[in-house]
Amino acid sequence: MTSETNSPARKVRSGVSHALLVVVAIVFLAPLVYAVSTSLKPADEVFTPAPHLFGSEIRWKNYADAFTFAPFDRYFLNSLFVAVAGTLVVVVASSMSAYAFARLKFRGREQLFVLFLGTLMVPQEVLIVPMYWLMQTLGWVDSYWALILPWAFTAFGTFLLRQFFLTVPAELEEAARVDGCGPFRSFLRIMLPLARPAIAVLTVFTFISFWGSFLWPLIIINSVEDKGTVPLGLAQFVGQQGTQWNLMMAASIMAMIPTVLLVVLLQKHLVRGLLVTGLGGR
Amino acid sequence: MATDTTVAPPGAPAGAPRAGRRPALRRDGRYASVFLAPSLAGLALFTLFPTAMALGISLFDWPVFGERSFLGFGNYSHLLHDPVFRRVVLNTVLFVVLYVPLNVVVSLGLAVWLGPQIKGRQVFRVLFFIPVMTPMVANVMVWRLLFQPGGLIDGGLQSWFGIDAPNFLGSSNWAMPAIVAMSIWQGFGYNFLVFSAAIDQVPQSQLESAQIDGAGPLQRFRYITWPMITPSMFFATTLTLITSFQVFAQPFILTQGGPGVATQTIVMYVYNQGWQFLQMGLASAAGWVLFVIIMGITAVQFVGQKRWVNYDV
Repeated sequence: MTSETNSPARKVRSGVSHALLVVVAIVFLAPLVYAVSTSLKPADEVFTPAPHLFGSEIRWKNYADAFTFAPFDRYFLNSLFVAVAGTLVVVVASSMSAYAFARLKFRGREQLFVLFLGTLMVPQEVLIVPMYWLMQTLGWVDSYWALILPWAFTAFGTFLLRQFFLTVPAELEEAARVDGCGPFRSFLRIMLPLARPAIAVLTVFTFISFWGSFLWPLIIINSVEDKGTVPLGLAQFVGQQGTQWNLMMAASIMAMIPTVLLVVLLQKHLVRGLLVTGLGGR
Repeated sequence: MATDTTVAPPGAPAGAPRAGRRPALRRDGRYASVFLAPSLAGLALFTLFPTAMALGISLFDWPVFGERSFLGFGNYSHLLHDPVFRRVVLNTVLFVVLYVPLNVVVSLGLAVWLGPQIKGRQVFRVLFFIPVMTPMVANVMVWRLLFQPGGLIDGGLQSWFGIDAPNFLGSSNWAMPAIVAMSIWQGFGYNFLVFSAAIDQVPQSQLESAQIDGAGPLQRFRYITWPMITPSMFFATTLTLITSFQVFAQPFILTQGGPGVATQTIVMYVYNQGWQFLQMGLASAAGWVLFVIIMGITAVQFVGQKRWVNYDV
């Protein structure tokens, strides 16, 4: 620390700096606060000449009404099912292939890994047209299969977990091999338990990207009331006359809550995972 | 890239040539094929095969219903001559040109400002990261309300300054800036996190001794912080460029690409051609055009990085 640290000028500067930060935080939070405030107002008080934080009453009932206004209970169940199933597929498939790339020797390993990484370069926009055609061919249009499987095999998870597996000391597995433990057991008993933090990061990112996915469900789901996910349910109301903005905001807030909880609870792991891989989900 | 991580079989003296490498390879190979089966099958069916198909489809007149016919590069020349597509590419480029620099300036500025000396910076990290992680559609819905006549911005301007706000989403001058503003708010938290982490790696002792030597905050940033964070700058700008070319949900929900086609983007065009007009060939070709643009920009980034990115810290 320098002698300057406690000078009055420094104190004033740091005071101003902290005050400005509060302003930044307020400006940043304004849209979210406005959304919450709108979600608790009666319908006829959403657009008032001057912005008010509270309406004439705090209407918690909006949150219940959102479910009768549109089948949001159905949307949430669909989203949850698709995100959980999709995440499971991603974690199982990518942890297995990551183990092969990190620990097993086989001919063409490097070339195959480069191919895996190469698939990351093809953007979703190029793939959606043939993917739609593939879904028609398989008879999967407007099905849960189509929501879960097509994007569950990106090489991202393989890459992330392989990086982690490479940091596990080889001696741990050697000892087990001497005891007659084959690759399957050593993968299940040694590697997976050790990789728990990395798997947690992959799980959260994958869940979040399934939860928020919009373009693909928009394309592949026709019976929105039946198989629609939360983002589709929200987007239903765009361009409609007489949007019930207070109910829309209630639904939007509810759509945000699960991810906000995940981020707040797992912040430290997420930051680490982000920086190790330098990628979030799609 | 990976180094060889296998070990000599137990019992072999260190440094001895690995006897029995063949059988081991073969045995490992059998295991590997089991471990790789799910991913390989999935990638083959859902990435490699569709990529090849996409090339094919873009060369055909491929309506969802009706006769398909081979066009060669007909779809591509149609795109080049389609005034709507030209406008859509321009819109997308405009979005990128506005969004990427602003995103980097905001996230880097805040990351420098919220250095290790600020108490509670952890709270900001989580706060700014929330819109990045919550569903894009929910965030855009909130901003759609914000931009409504009588919404927060309009109401605030009226009651505090007595001026009417423009109809942001309905005016061809304001619609794109509105989309950019919303996108910055939603997206800067990611780069903020990356830059924050990079700045944390800068040794405080160096900064302090520079201060003692009389270097001002700008000089300290220019000569100490900047060289150390260029790798993450490169990474962040490249990734932000790639993702911003793929912008879709914001214009789709805020403006439906309007007024007219003033805010329609390339991905929206792909969606409209494929699923509104049912012209899969054109949709596929437009997707490839986007991919080529992204690859070109990324290549330029990688070639240009030698000039300013500093990896030997």
